[in-house]
Amino acid sequence: MIQVQNLRKEFGPKVAVNDVSFTVAKGEVLGFLGPNGAGKSTSMRMITGFIPPTAGSVKVGDFDMLENPIPAKRLIGYLPENAPSYADMSVAGFLGFTAELRGMSGDAKKKAVNRVLEMCFLENVQHQSVETLSKGYRHRTCFAQSIIHDPEVLILDEPTDGLDPNQKHEVRTLIKKMGETKAIIFSTHILEEVEAVCSRAIIIDRGTIVANGTPRDLKLRSEQAGAITVKIVDGDGEGIRAKLSHLNGVDRATLISQRPLTLRVFPKKNSGSDDVARAIADLAFQERWPLQGLHVEEGRLDEVFRAITLPDTKTKKEETK
Amino acid sequence: MNPTLTIARRELKGYFASPVAFVVIVIFLLFSAFFTFMLAGLFEQGQATLSQTRYSLGFFGWHPWLYLFLVPALGMRMWSEERRMGTIELLLTMPVTPWQAIVGKFLAAWVVVGLALLLTFPVVITVNYLGSPDNGVIVSGYIGSFLMAGAYLAVTSMTSALTRNQVVSFILAVVICFFLILAGYPPVTDLLTNWAPTWFVECIASFSVSTHFESLQKGIIDSRNLLYFLSVMAFSLFTTSVIIRAHRAG
Repeated sequence: MIQVQNLRKEFGPKVAVNDVSFTVAKGEVLGFLGPNGAGKSTSMRMITGFIPPTAGSVKVGDFDMLENPIPAKRLIGYLPENAPSYADMSVAGFLGFTAELRGMSGDAKKKAVNRVLEMCFLENVQHQSVETLSKGYRHRTCFAQSIIHDPEVLILDEPTDGLDPNQKHEVRTLIKKMGETKAIIFSTHILEEVEAVCSRAIIIDRGTIVANGTPRDLKLRSEQAGAITVKIVDGDGEGIRAKLSHLNGVDRATLISQRPLTLRVFPKKNSGSDDVARAIADLAFQERWPLQGLHVEEGRLDEVFRAITLPDTKTKKEETK
Repeated sequence: MNPTLTIARRELKGYFASPVAFVVIVIFLLFSAFFTFMLAGLFEQGQATLSQTRYSLGFFGWHPWLYLFLVPALGMRMWSEERRMGTIELLLTMPVTPWQAIVGKFLAAWVVVGLALLLTFPVVITVNYLGSPDNGVIVSGYIGSFLMAGAYLAVTSMTSALTRNQVVSFILAVVICFFLILAGYPPVTDLLTNWAPTWFVECIASFSVSTHFESLQKGIIDSRNLLYFLSVMAFSLFTTSVIIRAHRAG
């Protein structure tokens, strides 16, 4: 549904987005990750046709965003960053206005407004003006606007920003459910959100894509992925560590904490984690270690994220060193 | 419904939801009544006319000056508010062309001015009660006044797109409109005639709203006058679209 090709955006001498390409199909939820200022919002603004790219193209459905913006925009629902809305309007009035801009009128408009009021839990505040609402309600009002025409493509810039944990959960559930039938792109800082909702994730850093894969694939890139964590009620930590590190197929073992005794065993590159885990279990049985837990680490997304993106506190100088 | 009209309707509601429209209309009515009856001396002049004469600004003669502040005050938020609140991103990612949004917003503000102008009808009744004015001339004056307000508004739309600060947009609009008045204001043209060739003075004066508005007040609905106001509007609104596009391109 969405085809982004070699997208590039320059603001003066600064390159905000550099050669970004990806596609999103129907039924896919794409998580857009990256540190602040990485170019997430700029990319989304180009995809939705708000700002023109310096180079590259965006295709939504069958329509090119630059050559044929109106039909392309018709297919998209968009929640901009900070969820803007007209403060002087009532919630229902605002949603009615956006429905009209989407070409609805009369009964269809009324139905669409009622549908999103219900979906986004806004029925209680529908007659209140937007400026009197709390941030969470405003956010949901703008979110409701983005789905009012039941779009095939949904682009959400930080949809859970500023929501309380319950509301976050509701929005995530909603996105996941809609992701079955739509093509969705959403950006976030919250990594667990990606794991919970996305079928695929892209990590973008300083304007370029540095990783693109399923959350599972990305996690495998983590150093910890495939390592085995061993928990033992009590024992001689150093001795156990030495014995574990001499096991067949084990690269090294490290002691993480003494009480409860926790060790991490890293298998060699070519040996499977499951085999090593079995060997550890056998060893523990032989040595009569009071084994409390044994599990294979899936890897952690935040670790991958930190490893491949640069914190913005680091200066360019450090980067070149 | 046509998106232009949808946007115009929303804007119009916005003007009346905030007190902007009421304030502008009430101040316009109070001041135009005060100027017409107290300063211009409509009762004393012994002539049933609303147009400005050699000795008095009458009723219509005050309009360029009243609009000078009220129209920019009405229109200053048109685009700057949209930019400040970030709603411009919402509006321009809807299936709406920038041109439709520009025209929609402009029309809504123009309707507010039109309403203010319509509410001056007691003046018309007064002169008709006191004497027998040429009502055709009065209608032509009203058309001129409405067109002039439209020209000011289009200029305000342009300055409003320039900045997210409403005050800056107001001041810029006032300065530009002030120039549009002064270019044909007799004290200024008299100053110019002393040293500039006539064609130059006429050229400058032809850029002025005053010259064109004055001939409309005399009841002359000349295509040149209409064309002048319409082209000021078209030019300013077009410039608005250029500014918005440039701003989006970054």
